[in-house]
Amino acid sequence: MKYIDEFRDGAVAQTLAGKIARLAQPQRNYSFMEFCGGHTHAISRYGLSDLLPANVRMVHGPGCPVCVLPIGRIDMAIKLALQHKVILCSYGDTLRVPASNSLSLLKAKARGGDIRMVYSTLDALQIARDNPQREVVFFAIGFETTTPPTALAILQAAQEQLTNFSVLCCHVLTPAAITQILESPEVRQWGTVPIDGFIGPAHVSTVIGSRPYEFFAEEYRKPVVIAGFEPLDVMQAILMLIAQVNDGRAEVENEFARAVCRDGNRKAQDRVAEVFELRHEFEWRGLSMVPYSALKIREKYGAFDAERRFKMDYTSVPDNKACECGAILRGVKRPQDCKIFGTVCTPENPVGSCMVSSEGACAAHYSFGRYKDMA
Amino acid sequence: MSEVKRGYIRPLDLKHGRVDMTHGSGGRAMVQLISELFAKHLGNTYLGQGNDGAVLPAPVLNGQPARLVMSTDCHVVSPLFFPGGDIGCLSVHGTLNDVAVMGATPLYLAAGFILEEGFALADLARIVESMARAASSAGVPVVTGDTKVVERGKGDGIFITTTGVGVLPDGLSLGGAHARAGDVVLVSGTIGDHGVAIMSLRENLSFEAAITSDTAALHGLIAKLLATGADIRCLRDPTRGGLASTLNEIAEQSGVGMMLDEKTIPIKPVVAAACEFLGLDPLYVANEGKLIVICAAADAPQLLDVMHAHPLGRDAARIGEVLADDHHFVQLTTAFGGRRIVDWLAGEQLPRIC
Repeated sequence: MKYIDEFRDGAVAQTLAGKIARLAQPQRNYSFMEFCGGHTHAISRYGLSDLLPANVRMVHGPGCPVCVLPIGRIDMAIKLALQHKVILCSYGDTLRVPASNSLSLLKAKARGGDIRMVYSTLDALQIARDNPQREVVFFAIGFETTTPPTALAILQAAQEQLTNFSVLCCHVLTPAAITQILESPEVRQWGTVPIDGFIGPAHVSTVIGSRPYEFFAEEYRKPVVIAGFEPLDVMQAILMLIAQVNDGRAEVENEFARAVCRDGNRKAQDRVAEVFELRHEFEWRGLSMVPYSALKIREKYGAFDAERRFKMDYTSVPDNKACECGAILRGVKRPQDCKIFGTVCTPENPVGSCMVSSEGACAAHYSFGRYKDMA
Repeated sequence: MSEVKRGYIRPLDLKHGRVDMTHGSGGRAMVQLISELFAKHLGNTYLGQGNDGAVLPAPVLNGQPARLVMSTDCHVVSPLFFPGGDIGCLSVHGTLNDVAVMGATPLYLAAGFILEEGFALADLARIVESMARAASSAGVPVVTGDTKVVERGKGDGIFITTTGVGVLPDGLSLGGAHARAGDVVLVSGTIGDHGVAIMSLRENLSFEAAITSDTAALHGLIAKLLATGADIRCLRDPTRGGLASTLNEIAEQSGVGMMLDEKTIPIKPVVAAACEFLGLDPLYVANEGKLIVICAAADAPQLLDVMHAHPLGRDAARIGEVLADDHHFVQLTTAFGGRRIVDWLAGEQLPRIC
């Protein structure tokens, strides 16, 4: 595969591993948070930590879109399908996230909910066109990457005057989550979670650009290197982060220059701004209520807002008491530190959201790396 | 005088007709469907007797009653027609392969059809013809069968269950529990072709190069492998759940671990690209004409030679080895140089979001 295999080249990886080992100073520890689930997945899938020296540690961040979705939001989607009898369209990963009453979208489907997996918002629009007598709701989740397609779908629906299409908007914002982590007592006061720098998002940054991270570098003195989702991207970013730490620099650097520029995708940003506005606060799994961290649909497009249309209120539902997803999403704990990891909570029967998507820290460690705990 | 006029029976309208409830009611319409469609295409001495069951001779090997292998498989594929095949030939290949990987020579097939009211007779005819072609080129007759019709909305067009019977040579014992440390893992060709062919249709994705299903009957290739007398411990066709799931099954049954080498696993570039695009892992994607061979390391080169000389084994490769491991992990050395587990598939394989 052109433009992909080049970034998975084992020989280049060995060269980079050698450079990292030489640059990392043996007397100090390096702890970097990869924000995105895409990076978590790449690190686990390619066995990347095997290529890093022992004093370079990766901390998994909260950037897995289905992991941060709180139970209450999934409950709303299930209610739409089971009580309001809508056709609920969702991205694949979201279907297995556990919700209240031992349900998930997949289980709600088995109970008669008309829940359909789509690859694109355009598929959901087509379903609405094909079923004019039914209400069709798109369950919109994800970070800035998936927000522009949702905006486009709403604009398109408005243009076509589709009256049976609406969106349950759960889009969240990356910079707000990073701030929340950096402001957390574990990082700021107690220092129990050492974070020496961030691997910045790949796809998110294609949309928002590299500029939003400049604040973190400056205000919190944390280096940020934006990196692509291929394993060589991640290794190169780690090398660049080590160099910054060694030099005492805290800058935003862009390893993913083949796709990311400083200003991002202006057209996409404009569409998003046209359709969405900031929510005052939004609950994240693991980070609780985070101010100005999510988007809602503007009044102008209120007809396409499922929350307005079906008069739905959000009810917060606490996570399972034994589940450590919250601490894991903040980087405070590792998956194997959770008591129910691999015993009660497995990919077949996930208790917490981190065990659902292969981008989730727990699922990635369980599926790809648990042999390390047993050696 | 024509057939039609003689019996006052109007022939099946195979162009525009549809399955209706009378085709499953046991009356004349059902008999007509069987004779004009199933018997016409699948016909053989056993089926032609029209009895409730087929009377078959007991196989004898070296003057002794031989051991039989019996296997059954239900087929529910959607879409019913896909590049490289359809549910008809798939239902023949699937069961023949299950019998053949036990080491047996398949002898007979039985077929059960569940038809949904409203299903086009033209499609049914296409499917039955395809089954007939597959069975006849494999040299295995369909000796008995059954048809039921369910109401519209209660089936997915057509479901086919096939059962196969084969005869097992003396002294041969293959099974998932026989792998031992030091053995090697071979695969007969590129993986993921069938699943990706199906998925690309289902998701309405088109790629520059067409991806066709690998559906095929493997008993010919298997017979050649067995004829070498090589020390084969286990044969299996990695269908649903793909290579990863099948190897995990064997590791669990045998109480061993495995270490695969990602670089050696054959995957067509177009299949790899499609999986990348869909967010899927080809190791978990279904195959319908591929064989996994676990054998003694010393015999691997000979078996690979036999596979390479056969049309269904041209891309065969040695992909890993069997290790002692109390955790029964299947692991992989990534092409990148790291190591990871190749786990059981959890639930259905669902595409990732970003």
